[in-house]
Amino acid sequence: MVRNNIPKIPSSEITPEHVYINRRQFMRGVGMTAGALALAACAAPGAKTVPPAAPSADASPTGGTATVAPTVVPSAGKSTDELGDPLTTYEAVTTYNNYYEFGTDKSEPAIRAKDFKTQPWNIQIGGLVNKPGTFGVEDLTRMFAPEERIYRLRCVEAWSMVIPWLGFPLSSLLKAVEPTSEAKYVRFTTLLDPQRMPGQRSPFYQWPYVEGLRIDEAMNDLAILATGLYGKPTLPQNGAPIRLVVPWKYGFKNIKSIVKIDLVADQPTSLWMAAAPNEYGFYANVNPAVDHPRWSQGSERRIGETGRRKTLPFNGYAEQVAGLYEGMDLATYY
Amino acid sequence: MYQKFQPLSCKVFPMRWSFPPKFARYQLLVLVAGLIPLAWLVFDALTNHLTANPIQAVEQRTGRYALYLLIASLACTPLYNVSGWSVPLRWRRPLGLYAFMYATIHFLTFLGLDYGFDLGLIWTDVAKKRYILVGAAAFSILLLLALTSTKGWKRRLKKTWIRLHRGVYVAGGLVITHYVWSVKADIRPPLAWGAVIALLLLLRLPPVKRWFVGRRARRKIPRSQALRT
Repeated sequence: MVRNNIPKIPSSEITPEHVYINRRQFMRGVGMTAGALALAACAAPGAKTVPPAAPSADASPTGGTATVAPTVVPSAGKSTDELGDPLTTYEAVTTYNNYYEFGTDKSEPAIRAKDFKTQPWNIQIGGLVNKPGTFGVEDLTRMFAPEERIYRLRCVEAWSMVIPWLGFPLSSLLKAVEPTSEAKYVRFTTLLDPQRMPGQRSPFYQWPYVEGLRIDEAMNDLAILATGLYGKPTLPQNGAPIRLVVPWKYGFKNIKSIVKIDLVADQPTSLWMAAAPNEYGFYANVNPAVDHPRWSQGSERRIGETGRRKTLPFNGYAEQVAGLYEGMDLATYY
Repeated sequence: MYQKFQPLSCKVFPMRWSFPPKFARYQLLVLVAGLIPLAWLVFDALTNHLTANPIQAVEQRTGRYALYLLIASLACTPLYNVSGWSVPLRWRRPLGLYAFMYATIHFLTFLGLDYGFDLGLIWTDVAKKRYILVGAAAFSILLLLALTSTKGWKRRLKKTWIRLHRGVYVAGGLVITHYVWSVKADIRPPLAWGAVIALLLLLRLPPVKRWFVGRRARRKIPRSQALRT
């Protein structure tokens, strides 16, 4: 009947099947590229640039050029880390969490942190700095363009994941606040709110969660403050809205839901150092040669795989960070 | 002289002929208690509810079920000592064997699914770790007790059998130590179960048993006598 009026569409116009099947990732990519270009337009002059190549785990800037539009390549393009191992599924990353503020069972944070409000959220940067201040998370992502970093996460319990984080280098933030010459360490603090974080009512740990880095570790390009995961804003159970990711150290160093960053002269004592000082140290570098007192760190279980794999020194990031520890006995400084 | 009523075939097949068979009810209960955790585990495995780290989930859950059933088995004699009810005495062996079943699954999961029977990796990784060694020792004791749990071995060993099977308390202590040394930080749950085992051991001590038996005997004074005092 009215069939003759329907315009014929040439077959060249048909969306290729693989693009159609991955259309959500495609749209995400388009959206993120557009968003990144918009952010780049707002980027402060002299902000750290992102290399236009596809990001890899050791994404270091190619040069010192100041105002190049950063590109954010969605993880649809990359599905492995730089060693060729596949990304851990989004479901596993968001349902298997050590976040004792919401319970000690690995499946509890996803359930109990579901309604945890992460907006508005302010981070106080202070201590031995010339330009202290309080920043909202949106301010930080506006000032320092988030980029994707695919990192391995190795828990001290001997399991690991490959996670595509979205974040900005910690060094950018530290440079902006100008640490003084006395500042030797960076101390991070999580929110303290037993009403909203029921696990903090447990008297077994000294809340709030505190972690620290030596200032040269914090200035290493691998260390990022992450606000997203798999191209989406992080869920509460992954440490929303902003968390630290230091992939060459054990997972407990990657402090979540940060509210305070201080530059200090003395080595901070972290929650785990206080809980079991002979087992959890300040440096906590992934090291198959230095066992936990009660179990071996020689192998690990990659989530999503059966069997075990050998643990790599510095979680496979030795090239980028081994120089930080030259001359240090890593068995003493564990 | 009044003859006590005797069930028809009590001398021949007491089980088959008395109805309803009282202890069969209880043995069914024990069977259910022993197999429900496994059914739950299998169900969770089939419906993908074993967390993102299923091997560790199976290891930890079977370990806990083995501990709970071991404690249930250890509770039978104290229950009899306190109450005089003899039925729990028949539950000791089945509960112990179920505990051994979960311990075997726990051990095989660790050796096979986790370490893929890779003896080299097992040697370098775990053979020197004390919590593994303690767990292996506990398993060896439970294996020995399971193998000698039959009536045949009871007959063969006679007095030695009862002494051998007191080793279940040694196994219990090793299991608690293994549990304490394997947790990340919070040792309160394994210590709590250790306290339970210690209490059960306490209730077996002769003076404690005598006190409970005495209490029961004092309560059984006939009413007429009690009224006279």
